[in-house]
Amino acid sequence: MSMHEVNVTVNGTSYTESIEPRLLLVHFIREVLDLTGTHIGCDTSNCGACTVLLDGRSVKSCTVFAVQADGREVTTVEGLAEGGVLHPIQEGFKEKHGLQCGFCTPGMMMRAVELLEKNPRPTEDEIRWGISGNLCRCTGYVNIVKAIQYAADKMGGEEAVEMSGNGVSEADLADHQLTPGA
Amino acid sequence: MIPAAFDYLAPTSLQEALSLLQEHGDAAKLLAGGHSLIPMMKLRLAQPALLIDLNRVEGLDYVEERDGFLCIGAMAREEALESTPVVREKYPLLHDTALMIADPQVRNLATVGGNLAHSDPANDHPATMLAYDARVKAVGPNGERTIAVREFFTDFFTTALDEGEILTEIQIPAPGPRSGGAYFKLERKVGDFATAGVAVQLALDENGHCDTVGIGLTNVAPIPMRAKRAESLLHAESPTDAAIDEAARLAAEDCDPTADLRGPVAYKRAMVEELTKRALRKALQRARG
Repeated sequence: MSMHEVNVTVNGTSYTESIEPRLLLVHFIREVLDLTGTHIGCDTSNCGACTVLLDGRSVKSCTVFAVQADGREVTTVEGLAEGGVLHPIQEGFKEKHGLQCGFCTPGMMMRAVELLEKNPRPTEDEIRWGISGNLCRCTGYVNIVKAIQYAADKMGGEEAVEMSGNGVSEADLADHQLTPGA
Repeated sequence: MIPAAFDYLAPTSLQEALSLLQEHGDAAKLLAGGHSLIPMMKLRLAQPALLIDLNRVEGLDYVEERDGFLCIGAMAREEALESTPVVREKYPLLHDTALMIADPQVRNLATVGGNLAHSDPANDHPATMLAYDARVKAVGPNGERTIAVREFFTDFFTTALDEGEILTEIQIPAPGPRSGGAYFKLERKVGDFATAGVAVQLALDENGHCDTVGIGLTNVAPIPMRAKRAESLLHAESPTDAAIDEAARLAAEDCDPTADLRGPVAYKRAMVEELTKRALRKALQRARG
């Protein structure tokens, strides 16, 4: 078994570490870098608690090896606030009581960041579709949706001209009974 | 859950990846999106001695029309199918399928090539590619060949790929006029495998009869399967309500599900019947514009 030297930029800071290839990205973040804001929930890529941004795209860090992040950029919940000022997503969760126990919150927020980047003015259905890979065991979804809507308003996003990727359109939802729970 | 130890290499060219596969043979596994392989490694159902990571190989992630086909690079992410306009406009069956796979974060990494090469009958693309009569391109030490998807799934988790070959591209025939398709999937929750899924792609002739019909079924047989009797019944016929009902009945009869936590056999057959009807109706609606 070999060790691999990797260089990963996390929240703007460059880290060079020697790691085993089998080390999962979430363990690298939590145990090597000691950034424990990223949570481990199900450990089976279902719950989304471990969601981080890898080169700006939300991924479940329990199902990525840290070596795969070599030379790439990772953003965790610790990277959201800038200069002590909360990110609009964080502010939204605070203002709208978007968390109860708080366990799913970092993953929810990281997923919401990418969602709003792709679709700055999402409808409620689009938000629910967008966070369909994140589970809240307190079932506090109503306020999570409100928190994301708050952030969308705060960020003042324009109407998305063309939906792309994980920003599924209303038409898709209606056309194909894709509304979660429908 | 921690996988067993392994070595890791990340080639930057297809040629390099092929050489590594040649050199290490059975001991190596190819890593694409990793959303089937990594969970299997964490459960230690898979313990490869070496992972050859294809994520740094350049130029395998395109989605583009070329020479009468939609060509999908094997490393194209599911998310690319959601966001590429031509897929939404001309390949609604494929677009439906992409939206129903796992969840947004998984689709950001999971690949179309991996979904097929893994050959899990519970995966969604096999049924869709069977319905489309798609083909795949494989590159190996002896060069390149194309394999019809309808001959690709040879046994349980087994494909027609030879040892040392890498699936590099998926080719879907561009639908002609009066074509339509749809994918319907019943899942207990977002991210679960299908309880049952049905993919339909069809084309009508000038008289409104079915010129071509492909029907693929998800997770109701040990090997991804076509509903061949249902296809034959509709071929060259007018797709009346009675014909649709009969085709759906045949699909339900021909599938081979096993009872599991998603339900007993009779329930799954009933779902195949209903989903086949819905997928056929939706495909017809789209074909008629």
